[in-house]
Amino acid sequence: MQHVSPIREPLVTGGKTYHDITEDVCRQVEARPNMRWAIALAVALVGFAIFCYSVYRTLWYGIGEWGLNKTVGWAWDITNFVWWVGIGHAGTLISAILLLFRQKWRTSINRAAEAMTIFAVICAAMFPVLHMGRPWMALWVLPLPNTYGSLWVNFNSPLLWDVFAISTYFSVSLVFWYIGLIPDFATIRDRATGPIARRAYAVLSFGWTGSAKAWSRYETVSLILAGLATPLVLSVHTIVSFDFATSVIPGWHTTIFPPYFVAGAIFSGFAMVLTLMIITRKVFKLEDYITLEHIESMNKVIILTGSIVGVAYITEFFIAWYSQVEYEQYAFINRATGPYWWAYWSMMTCNVITPQLFWFRSIRRSLTATFIITIFVNIGMWFERFVIIVTSLHRDYLPSSWAMFSPTIIDVGIYVGTIGLFFTLFLLFAKFFPVINMAEVKAILKSSSEVKPHHQRHTNTMHGTPKDSNSNTSHSNE
Amino acid sequence: MQDRIKYWKGIEELENTPEFAKHAHNEFPEFLPLNETPADSKSSQVSAPRRDFLKLLGFGLAAATLASCEAPVRKAIPYLNKPVDVEPGVANWYASTYFSHGDYNSVLIKTREGRPIKIEPNPMSSITPLGTSPRAQGSVLNVYDNNRLRHPLIKGKEAKWEQVDRDITSRLSGINGKVVLVSSTVASPSTKQLIDEFGSRFGSFEHVTYDANSASALLAANGGTIPGYDFSKANIIVSVGADFLGSWIAPTPFAKQYIQNRKITKESAVMSRHYQFETILSLTGANADVRVPIKPSQEAALVAALYNSISGQGGSAPANVDSKAFAAAVRDLNANKGKALVVSGSNDPGVQTMVTALNEALGAGGTTIDTAAPYFVKQGNDAQMLRFIEDMNAGTIGAVFFYNANPAYDHPLADRVASGLTKVGLKVSFAERVDETALLADVVAPDSNYLESWNDYEPKRGFLSLAQPVISPIFKTRQMQDSLLTWSGSTTTYYDYIRNNWRKVASGDFNTFWDKAVHDGVLETGATMLRVNTTANTITAAAAASAAGSRAAGNGIEAVVYEKVQIGPGYEVNNPYLQEAGDPITKSTWGNYVTMPRLMAEEMKVVQGDVLRITTANGKTIEAPALVQPGQAPGTVGLAMGYGRDLESMPVVRGLGANAFPITTVANNAVSYSSVVKIEKTDATSPIAQMQTHHTIMDRLVVQENTLANYQADPKKVTTYIRLTTHDGPVKPATVSLWDDYEYKNHHWGMVIDLNSCIGCGACTLSCNIENNIPVVGKAEVINRREMHWMRIDRYYSAKEHEEKDYAEMEHPADNPSVIFQPMMCQHCNHAPCETVCPVAATMHSSEGINQMAYNRCVGTRYCANNCPYKVRRFNWFAYANNDKFDYNMNNDLGKMVLNPDVVVRSRGVMEKCSFCVQRVQLGKLEAKRENRRPKDGEIVSACAQSCPTDAIIFGDMLDPESRISQVLAKEEGERAFQVLEEINVQPNVTYLTKIRNLA
Repeated sequence: MQHVSPIREPLVTGGKTYHDITEDVCRQVEARPNMRWAIALAVALVGFAIFCYSVYRTLWYGIGEWGLNKTVGWAWDITNFVWWVGIGHAGTLISAILLLFRQKWRTSINRAAEAMTIFAVICAAMFPVLHMGRPWMALWVLPLPNTYGSLWVNFNSPLLWDVFAISTYFSVSLVFWYIGLIPDFATIRDRATGPIARRAYAVLSFGWTGSAKAWSRYETVSLILAGLATPLVLSVHTIVSFDFATSVIPGWHTTIFPPYFVAGAIFSGFAMVLTLMIITRKVFKLEDYITLEHIESMNKVIILTGSIVGVAYITEFFIAWYSQVEYEQYAFINRATGPYWWAYWSMMTCNVITPQLFWFRSIRRSLTATFIITIFVNIGMWFERFVIIVTSLHRDYLPSSWAMFSPTIIDVGIYVGTIGLFFTLFLLFAKFFPVINMAEVKAILKSSSEVKPHHQRHTNTMHGTPKDSNSNTSHSNE
Repeated sequence: MQDRIKYWKGIEELENTPEFAKHAHNEFPEFLPLNETPADSKSSQVSAPRRDFLKLLGFGLAAATLASCEAPVRKAIPYLNKPVDVEPGVANWYASTYFSHGDYNSVLIKTREGRPIKIEPNPMSSITPLGTSPRAQGSVLNVYDNNRLRHPLIKGKEAKWEQVDRDITSRLSGINGKVVLVSSTVASPSTKQLIDEFGSRFGSFEHVTYDANSASALLAANGGTIPGYDFSKANIIVSVGADFLGSWIAPTPFAKQYIQNRKITKESAVMSRHYQFETILSLTGANADVRVPIKPSQEAALVAALYNSISGQGGSAPANVDSKAFAAAVRDLNANKGKALVVSGSNDPGVQTMVTALNEALGAGGTTIDTAAPYFVKQGNDAQMLRFIEDMNAGTIGAVFFYNANPAYDHPLADRVASGLTKVGLKVSFAERVDETALLADVVAPDSNYLESWNDYEPKRGFLSLAQPVISPIFKTRQMQDSLLTWSGSTTTYYDYIRNNWRKVASGDFNTFWDKAVHDGVLETGATMLRVNTTANTITAAAAASAAGSRAAGNGIEAVVYEKVQIGPGYEVNNPYLQEAGDPITKSTWGNYVTMPRLMAEEMKVVQGDVLRITTANGKTIEAPALVQPGQAPGTVGLAMGYGRDLESMPVVRGLGANAFPITTVANNAVSYSSVVKIEKTDATSPIAQMQTHHTIMDRLVVQENTLANYQADPKKVTTYIRLTTHDGPVKPATVSLWDDYEYKNHHWGMVIDLNSCIGCGACTLSCNIENNIPVVGKAEVINRREMHWMRIDRYYSAKEHEEKDYAEMEHPADNPSVIFQPMMCQHCNHAPCETVCPVAATMHSSEGINQMAYNRCVGTRYCANNCPYKVRRFNWFAYANNDKFDYNMNNDLGKMVLNPDVVVRSRGVMEKCSFCVQRVQLGKLEAKRENRRPKDGEIVSACAQSCPTDAIIFGDMLDPESRISQVLAKEEGERAFQVLEEINVQPNVTYLTKIRNLA
């Protein structure tokens, strides 16, 4: 067991026992759905219905239902795609990289973050297919043997790299998430009273026995998958950024894109995780597991990645000036002062200015402030992709082709619809799956739990936790 | 030499058994088990055993099931008796003539399996050998117009021709009063003669000719004909309001002449200088070297001042007219006597008299005006028409026939025409559809389309041409001339009538002569047939000049009615191709609008699309949206004719724009196309469907121009070449590359576009649209910036003065900008950015340098279009064929007949773009191959190059050192040849030649 400094803040508060953890997490799965959850699901389903209708219009009548034109060939579709892929990144980062770095604080949030990754990637993957003129031919982007002679995919195309990147990412994330769920499914199976639940969770838990051998294999597989997923955190958004970086369009053709996109992805992903966590911990009463420490740690990641993104924005401007390429210079001046200036300044405000408020500890530890700022970051990151895609395309080389883009109701419908789809999936997950990885939280309970009864001397400072309050001698095991 | 190795089919062959030898010639040497009976069933007589029976039964059941599945019924009628000369898949070409309201083109008509599908210029003609007008290109669709009349009408009811003939002959026999045939210009000698013969039967007959866009004053000042202008001989051209490249008199022949001495080479670095004084920014004004905006009311004073200056009486520029430009024009005219030409678009007899006198003073007769060969393409006489309208209202007209004339719509006194018609006993219209005048007629005897008719033309004295039918009449229509012959009681057909008529000009054996004339389409022996009325001018130039001096300058806003290049006066407006072609200057489609100078718009707080209410002097109101037009003369507005139609017979144009004719007035027995109006802003807005919404070049090097003086000084310095900075010093971008170059072994197709020759008319765009089955998408989709044109003409205005890098300022065009046109289509890059990004390799490079699209492989990611620096790729946002939302020619059986069978109609969701007319390339190569030779240069021509009236586009094989394109490229390399966006190193196969302006 790794040594933990006794002066560290506890990661699990409230003096939980192993049994408490099981109870707290399984309660949500076993109890009847509460009213708030049902209302939330109803709202999400409305969003999902909007999605279905918008997709029907797109598929039945054509891409012309969107606001695209001869100059702006991508807009909300690819903006949404990149946004959703970016959101997914936090899940992988939390579960894979933090696992490799043995960051214990990840244990209580990784499950939900990974679920978010998977649902976000599902939402993201809709767009590359939906944005095709002939989505029923989508399988042609796969290198499948065919009877058309030498027809093959074009390995030069970044879109093809996307196909591989996204499908690999989705597969690895899904397996990783599911492997983590197996011991918890087994716990629920063992506790289940109803025949359907017992049967269902028995199937889901793949016959988990909890033997030492099983745990050993579980740990090994987790490590291997974490190792596999780690490069994906960097590669997926790097490859997504290649869609733009390898093109000839001023504002797209930028070598800074890969690191800048990865930082942006983590930035937006953490913001989304926080948004969801703050709600989940409140609704499901998981304040003892997702503590202010977690929120503060994540806010620190947001400051870091937000600042990287901010530096990237400024670097782009510098390089545009430094390159002395007139098209490049115009592309950036047009972003800031052209007809889409409002999108650019929304992005700057939301992504660069607001996260800097996290330098104040009180804001960093304020739930309300964090919630508001994470919403800002989500909006800002959507605008970032919109700015990159639309403001670069709408005025590129030949002024004769310059045009404006304005979305139709179907564009909006599909975007709002994917949010509906995402929340539908997330709410179903939150109800039927254990939202916190019980097994892993239990694993850190000994080292990182707060001792409840001696809290009189508990102070608010980060390093002021008294030594004895963190001892686990008073714990009673389950 | 080694013996050939013999491979045995098997051991049997090696042994060559008798049994093998017996079966060796059978494909299946084994005994097939048909009708096989078991060897042991000695008694069985059954030849079909149960197993075979079951097999057959199963097969039969499956076949019956499959056959009962519903299969679409396709009607295909085979040629049981194949017509002579019609080979399926092989096009036939017929020489013919397109003539419509002044727009004359001698053409070749391409037919496939009996359907006319494309119009090309007739190189045998010396008047229009190079290209056609945009309207001539679009005219091929008119014959397939679903809204043409399908049968004659009597009192608005369907009738049979026999009924019509009976009705008219009986009513004509007892006619009281004068019989009048009203027509627009008839340039056909036989038709004219026939009309006269038809009229000779009546006691009192008159053939009244008027033109919607009248040249009456010009005719009056020149004895009844249009002077034989030859712009190719003019070093100095001064035009006062004459849009001679776009809509004035005979634009296609004029464009050919005009460009002749504006094409420059190092060897002869001279070109004409063109001054244009005009109100609206016309296509001609856009091409002028010096353009001066003037109000219509200043025309007379300006021409008078020019006249006084040239005739030595001394004159100075009228107030508010650029005096420097005026002085330069006078200086140049004086210095180029005998090599100068002045033209005016005015319909004021005084102005035209002065212009005639001016040309005389300049010695234009015999040089820049061919006195022996005047033009006959406009013959309308305003005074005659006005008198007729009064006669009608006085009730003295017994019968009236309207041929190619629609005065109830396009005459300033349209109301008086309508009221007069109620007093006429017999009103017959030959209109092809129920137009405004036909609505008021008793009988509509629909004329056939020109592609279904015989006719002859004499657009210019001594230049005859023929029109022949290329398809039998689609509907129950009859040529107007045949109707007249029938009603005259004659039994000859018009075809025989023309043939007889042409005997006058024949030489040698008539049949041989006639066959050759029909084949060639033209007869240019100098023989002439057309008779026009000659008139004497009653005004003297001196009197006109003094009258012009005393005329007060106009007060208030002057509105001008003009003719759009693609639309004309309003007879071919129901053509979706023409509606979507886009005005060359405003780049707007589908409708008209009030062109307004920036200052006026700012004063009235009007922005583009705001609906304005124009109140004319006689109190009529017109509502149309505003378009802020750089170059529009201050204090004036413009409105195009042809719109504001509310007719069931014109669904394409119904509800579009406003009728401009109420602005026209009658003054001095002539129609005036400008008048003083009041304008107010309304609260309504109406979007204008423009294909280009950004109008300045933003100081970018995408299109290049320079001055003649610089070119003469050093042709190597007129073009800016971009060089990349490397450690070896500046180098051509193409030399720095990560890519391997393609190796072209056989052909390397390329294109050269001479910006000095391009006048921006847009004939190429229409030609491309029709050749390549490009869908029409309609006004709403053009507003969405989704027109499908593979080829466009970018039009840039010079920006107003600005500091370097002041991007906000340079977005605004100057108030009187210089204009440059740049045809833009797929550049067929050798390092194409589109090719690398397609995930499914649907777009790739051919072995001959063509960037190709495999439509059926395309999944429609649009990445290629995004990554195209020229933005020439077009996406099928919807299904445009067989879709009621796009009810144009691809949505009805008749309209689809115009489609080119060699080009696929693209499905929804795929990308498309210019293919360098790959179908023509393949055809040319196949024909050469069939004759066992290499394709000859000039044999393979893209549609745009073929249709260009100024020969601005050269298409050819850049690997063939003898080809025209190779020679031009070799010559212009380092001088005028440049590639757009050379610095991004996509290495296009399209090269442009820098435009040269002869600035004063």
